[in-house]
Amino acid sequence: MDNDLILLGHGSGGKLSHQLLDDLIIPQLSGAPVAGQNDAALLDIGGTRLAFTTDSYVVDPIFFPGGNIGDLAVNGTVNDLAMMGARPLYLSVAFILEEGFSKRDLSLILASMRRAADAAGIAIVTGDTKVVPKGKGDRIFINTSGIGALEHGLRIDGAAGRVGDKVIVNGSIGDHGIAVLSAREGLEIDSGIRSDSAALNGLVGELLALGGGLHVLRDPTRGGVATTLKEIAIQSGVTIMLHEESLPVSAGVRGVCSILGLDPLYVANEGKLLALVAPERAGEALQIMQGHPNGRGAAIIGEVVESSSGRVLMETSVGGVRGVEMLAGEQLPRIC
Amino acid sequence: MNYLDQFRDKGVVKGLAQRISSLTKGRGRPLTFMEVCGTHTMAIYQYGLRSLLPPEVRLISGPGCPVCVTPNGYLDRAVALSRLPDLIITTFGDMLRVPGSSSSLMEERAKGADIRVVYSPLDAVRIAAGNPQKRVVFLGVGFETTAPTIAGSILTAKAQGIGNYLVLASHKTMPQPMAILSADPELAVDGYICPAHVSAIIGADAYRFLCREYRVPCVVTGFEPTDVMQGVEMLVRQALSGQSKVEIQYSRVVRWEGNAKAQAILAEVFTPFDADWRGIGALPGSGLRIADSYHAFDAERAIAVTVEELKEHQGCLCGEILKGKVSPFDCPLFGKSCTTESPVGACMVSSEGTCAAAYKYAI
Repeated sequence: MDNDLILLGHGSGGKLSHQLLDDLIIPQLSGAPVAGQNDAALLDIGGTRLAFTTDSYVVDPIFFPGGNIGDLAVNGTVNDLAMMGARPLYLSVAFILEEGFSKRDLSLILASMRRAADAAGIAIVTGDTKVVPKGKGDRIFINTSGIGALEHGLRIDGAAGRVGDKVIVNGSIGDHGIAVLSAREGLEIDSGIRSDSAALNGLVGELLALGGGLHVLRDPTRGGVATTLKEIAIQSGVTIMLHEESLPVSAGVRGVCSILGLDPLYVANEGKLLALVAPERAGEALQIMQGHPNGRGAAIIGEVVESSSGRVLMETSVGGVRGVEMLAGEQLPRIC
Repeated sequence: MNYLDQFRDKGVVKGLAQRISSLTKGRGRPLTFMEVCGTHTMAIYQYGLRSLLPPEVRLISGPGCPVCVTPNGYLDRAVALSRLPDLIITTFGDMLRVPGSSSSLMEERAKGADIRVVYSPLDAVRIAAGNPQKRVVFLGVGFETTAPTIAGSILTAKAQGIGNYLVLASHKTMPQPMAILSADPELAVDGYICPAHVSAIIGADAYRFLCREYRVPCVVTGFEPTDVMQGVEMLVRQALSGQSKVEIQYSRVVRWEGNAKAQAILAEVFTPFDADWRGIGALPGSGLRIADSYHAFDAERAIAVTVEELKEHQGCLCGEILKGKVSPFDCPLFGKSCTTESPVGACMVSSEGTCAAAYKYAI
């Protein structure tokens, strides 16, 4: 095998992505310990604590039910800040446009970026635009970077999961990935499923009321809930037990997944978060989520059962137990 | 209640597990049942059914994953074809990552080959219609369940005069390998969980000779958890009472005579040949190739290409695993140099492969 090649799977958010980061990118660029990987970097500038993050968006198709590449680019970066418990402040935007791209489409994308930024309460303050020759890009790629303020002293960290913690998700899983997939040329499934793309900083702001009871926040984007929980289990050194019956999956997502042989646990979300919360505060956390527009369908889906080297197990719907691994290879390329 | 939910009922599964436990309690040698369909392998792992069965019942996986039993030589030919100019390879996604002798289709795609994942062979026919200046080759791999749709795609291409659509066919058929496995004294299979949808095409009668010649119980079983548990219970009852007959658990779909229309379309487009099975070797009449009357659609005959010399992967136990002789955990490469993200053997690649299922779902 030729190991020199970058494969689509290296961008899946699953195991290959982790390998590329751990073996090549992090050692050469920062050398920061791998266990410290979170959704955003934490910076201390003269006593002011900031979260800083960046993300690129290459979703195909660029318009899909429930959103487009523009609001995705705003919400995704806002959410990476929010998962650190940060209040999102400023956003940069960089466009890579392909020669021949439609100004009308660009305008639609810009409008939805503006709406998403207003809804999230973040200001777009700087940007850049490049155009590449026809055939050297694919219509439009967007990069956004975000800065947020950390205004609490809590340690919300992928490594902070503890035995007993409840695992809570703020609603149904797999909607974004299936909405994008359904809109793809050649598949044309009229599933009626809409992307869940949404900014979660408002919801996270309310969850901060849990104080020290809030241990981990993560958004299960590429690689889905399975991959994100496996990352948390490894970082925290614990075993997480999921309950398949408690997983909120809409009938539509379940149906499309069963037709295409996909597992909703591995399908991307863009408006979901996973929270690990101390058991005595779990009821309160659930109440906060269910009382918020972005958390009506929240559910406790599992708990941390023991210390280990990082395992995720699932009690299946028929009462059996099986392991849950990270996404391997590409399930759905270019989903965000 | 959703139609399928009744076949995933926790209480029913639990009741069946209890019945199986009480039937087999105190038995010395465990009963070994083999599932020969990759979808069963997946269902058993995905629902964690092994964890519900007593130690007296052992489930092993057989050669039922179409990608897994496809030999390296086929992959090498597909790779060679993908390197030709003005040629588009179309395939189900599973084939992309299967390593051939020195490359894979995923690698060739990264190097610039035009390789497209489709969900149906008819999509490949459409791609051919839209690219009349190119040849479009569909990788026809699978058992009797997928073969009729691929035969249908050839008939469609013929009817629509699409001459640039070709199929590289490597279809396998059941139940020939089950006879080889039944005759193997090392395996000592006490019963077969026979394929669900393959049986819907070929009919449950196809397994009668196994019962007659090898005295082995056969139960055609559905893919839902209550199906599998009930199928196991039926096998346990037969094995304990010394019976060996074909039973249909999956009676809501499978008939004794099978699907005559699908059988006719297969007979029209394909012809049986001695197919090569990874790990098992060539078996008389165990595969389907494109019939002479449709030779223009046969990529193997219509496109001359030099295929690299065959190399097997050192240390990989895929062959033994496909025969059910060893479990993935016995393979020295499993979970070390062979993982789902960088697979060495086909059983780790396919979503229905025994190693992939064990790697993803084992506790």
